[in-house]
Amino acid sequence: MASTIEGATGTWEYVIGLEVHAQIVSNSKLFSGASTEFGSEPNTQVSPVDAGMPGMLPVINMTCIEQAVKTGLAIEGTINRYSVFDRKNYFYPDLPQGYQISQFKQPVVSEGRLVIEMEDGSEKVIGIERLHVEQDAGKSLHDQDPSHSYVDLNRSGVGLMEIVSKPDLRSPEEAAAYVRKLRSILRYVGTCDGNMQEGSMRVDANVSVRKPGGELGTRCEIKNLNSVRFMSRALEYEALRQIDILESGGKVDQETRLFDVGRGETRSMRSKEEAHDYRYFPDPDLLPLRLEQELINGIAASMPELPDAKRHRFMAEFGLSPYDASVLVAEKENADFYEAVAEGRDKKLAANWMISELFGLLNKAGKGIEESPVSAAALGELLDLISDDTISGRTAKEVFAEMFESGKAAGVIVEEKGLKQVTDTGAIEAVIDGVMARETQKVEEYRSGKDKLFGFFVGQVMRASGGKANPKMVNEVLKKKLDG
Amino acid sequence: MTPTDLTIAQARDLLAKGEISSMELVEAHIDAMENNRDLNAYITETPEKALAMAQDSDARRAKGEGNGLLEGIPVAIKDLFCTADTLTTAGSHILDGFKPFYESTVTTNMWRQGAVMLGKTNLDEFAMGSSNLTSYHGPAINPWKARGDNRARVPGGSSGGSASAVAGRLALGATGTDTGGSIRQPAAFTGTVGIKPTYGRCSRWGIVAFASSLDQAGPMTRSVRDAAIMLRAMAGHDPKDSTSADIAVPDFEADLDKGVKGMTIGIPKEYRSDGMAPEIEALWQQGIKWLEEQGAKTVEVSLPHTKYALPAYYIVAPAEASSNLSRYDGVKYGLRVEADDLLSMYEKTRAAGFGEEVKRRILIGTYVLSAGYYDAYYLKAQKVRTRIAEDFHHVFGHVDAILTPATPSAAFPSEDPPSDPVSMYLNDIFTVPVNLAGLPGMSVPAGLSGEGLPLGLQVIGKAFDEATVLRVGRAIEQAADFDVRPEGY
Repeated sequence: MASTIEGATGTWEYVIGLEVHAQIVSNSKLFSGASTEFGSEPNTQVSPVDAGMPGMLPVINMTCIEQAVKTGLAIEGTINRYSVFDRKNYFYPDLPQGYQISQFKQPVVSEGRLVIEMEDGSEKVIGIERLHVEQDAGKSLHDQDPSHSYVDLNRSGVGLMEIVSKPDLRSPEEAAAYVRKLRSILRYVGTCDGNMQEGSMRVDANVSVRKPGGELGTRCEIKNLNSVRFMSRALEYEALRQIDILESGGKVDQETRLFDVGRGETRSMRSKEEAHDYRYFPDPDLLPLRLEQELINGIAASMPELPDAKRHRFMAEFGLSPYDASVLVAEKENADFYEAVAEGRDKKLAANWMISELFGLLNKAGKGIEESPVSAAALGELLDLISDDTISGRTAKEVFAEMFESGKAAGVIVEEKGLKQVTDTGAIEAVIDGVMARETQKVEEYRSGKDKLFGFFVGQVMRASGGKANPKMVNEVLKKKLDG
Repeated sequence: MTPTDLTIAQARDLLAKGEISSMELVEAHIDAMENNRDLNAYITETPEKALAMAQDSDARRAKGEGNGLLEGIPVAIKDLFCTADTLTTAGSHILDGFKPFYESTVTTNMWRQGAVMLGKTNLDEFAMGSSNLTSYHGPAINPWKARGDNRARVPGGSSGGSASAVAGRLALGATGTDTGGSIRQPAAFTGTVGIKPTYGRCSRWGIVAFASSLDQAGPMTRSVRDAAIMLRAMAGHDPKDSTSADIAVPDFEADLDKGVKGMTIGIPKEYRSDGMAPEIEALWQQGIKWLEEQGAKTVEVSLPHTKYALPAYYIVAPAEASSNLSRYDGVKYGLRVEADDLLSMYEKTRAAGFGEEVKRRILIGTYVLSAGYYDAYYLKAQKVRTRIAEDFHHVFGHVDAILTPATPSAAFPSEDPPSDPVSMYLNDIFTVPVNLAGLPGMSVPAGLSGEGLPLGLQVIGKAFDEATVLRVGRAIEQAADFDVRPEGY
């Protein structure tokens, strides 16, 4: 949902475009055979190609390209059967070749789109300008020695997808929804693990402000945002900073800025004048990338169901609300878990249990679905006990908490604690008779028209049964007896 | 016969008959290298390695193995090829002390075929030059001298050390690389044979890059047959080089003597420049006559974009070089000049590490790729390049090979080189278009200049048709009967 900012001179709106760098899931690097595993000892996953040794040549790892095509199809982009790798030239110690191999004029994917859903249930289409493939740089370490910097090249040459949105985002919330949605899609198709803490996904945000519908303002680029929360804060700060400048008669300078997490503010990194001239040109070590239509078709045929399609299916076939469907499909693992629970059972009941009970306890425990102590099958068994009236919904919550704690099966807990519902009419009648005999005064009052007392009787009967009487049957029998 | 005077083919036959050992060949060459250090042909001599490799080769042969194409043959390697655990300088100060832990594909192929390494030969810094005068290790000297003139002559460049070593009998053959003429021009200047094969024929993996889209390795030898033998050993598809061609390598020697009868040879009219030296023109006419006498038909052909080749080359090659040479930054290997901050370290290291010519080309290359200039220079040059390739493609629709002079002049004195860079660049005027089109080209010694210095003719062929180039070259070699050699070598 678009949000605006009230300034001294009126209302301002955000114009935001995002460049997301997503590390490609692959065993080896984009142009060398070195491993891409995270967290290894520094400089242990480096081939002579990644270290920029003399005479070394890059060779395209087609797995990375196939992953990019898969992602391109997932964002409904055009897959370019002819694309070109260029060199982006600049000097930095963690860039051993003195250039980064990227795609400049002819990316592998262009013109995609992505639908974001806002909390109010509204949807918005965000255009994606391009997706290109490039190699990552190494990492400079400035905290190892007082007078020297060190360089770790493990990440040097790792394949990245840079996914560039159009400036279609109108608020930090939309930007956040876009990043979450993109992350969800990447994880669905298995082309990026989306792990922002480990740097597998990083965001550069371009932001400017304007009077709604007016001319585009001058933008600033905020580099290297590694969490959705920081991105939102950075965008809010940056928009206010620009509005302050504009409203006091100043001019926004086009520049690259960094977000200082500690201070919660952005600061200038380099101005437009200081911007590098990257001297892009086609990498003569690599032939242009030509993709066979069959390869693209094969990848298209192997695409998993994507979050949007799944969401619509959950709504159409299972009758779930847009909100429930969105929550369940956001992570593929959750959706898979849900479908396993819901299979052959009440879909809405399954959705409610997932969202309010399971997610609640997982959140509290700080665990992901893959670490859930209650399996889909175990939760399904619990739902079956509710559906066949073995236990009430209320009892089920207690049982579930116990399952989450001990990992025991629902049936076992019900058995051990004797929580099985009483569904024997005779037994229930006996309890009701006992309560009515005790509460003759209230029976009188009820029968003379005080209907509200019905709830009182239900409560008394349930308490007398130790909570085990089937509530539905209690209702029926009680009504009959009181009215009788 | 003196072992150092043998051709590769002759040495191969003697080795096969057991009349000479690889050890004897190598020892003779080590002596020759020691006695002729004034040629400065080698930057690094590797006698111990040579002796060990020769011993292994002789042992293989004794066991009845050792049937490689170059089994037991001592060769020199241009110091642009990375050779494992052996100093690799690229003729530059900036690679000080650099010993690669890997071996280039081309040299690996040669060792696999039994060749023995004598050492690493001198070259213009990063293969940028036509004289060897830009080498950080001092220039290699041409064994040839003009009649009645004792001044040292340049061996040409950039593969000048290899040319000098082969002409001076300090190796039976040597590897070169050719980006704009760096094999053919020094071959012409030293009376040796040099072939630049089709781009993609030899792997570039492990060769220090100058201009990636133009660089190509090839052999430098004392006969066309030797070039055929050695090229076969060097060439082959390499999955580690994306621009290497997955095309089978033929036995270039097989059809070598089949002659040129029935062939059509193109004579490009645009190569006849106004200022062409009369003796170059005469040599060219002589070459045409030789081929006609052997039954070839010669026809005038047109390569209309030839005049744009040199300017286009001096945009494309420096552009690629400016990027390829960014890795020499003092951070990882080679020279580092310490400084207080990173930027100063970069500046001081590169200022001290690169010579004038390399700096000039980095500056040109950086300029032509800069924002605002890219379209006018680099893009335009690439378009010219396409036109030049089309010119050749068109002509090769009706000719089998093209004959041109190899160089516009004979070797010049080291102390009196062309006075400005552009005059120096003109040395490559006949060879550069071949690199831009990615075609095979060979320089064959064809006669002597008025001063008694060797001159070469260039044969240009269709892509991956080195066999025809070699066959035509062989026909010229036979007709020229070039048996003169530099005095004292």
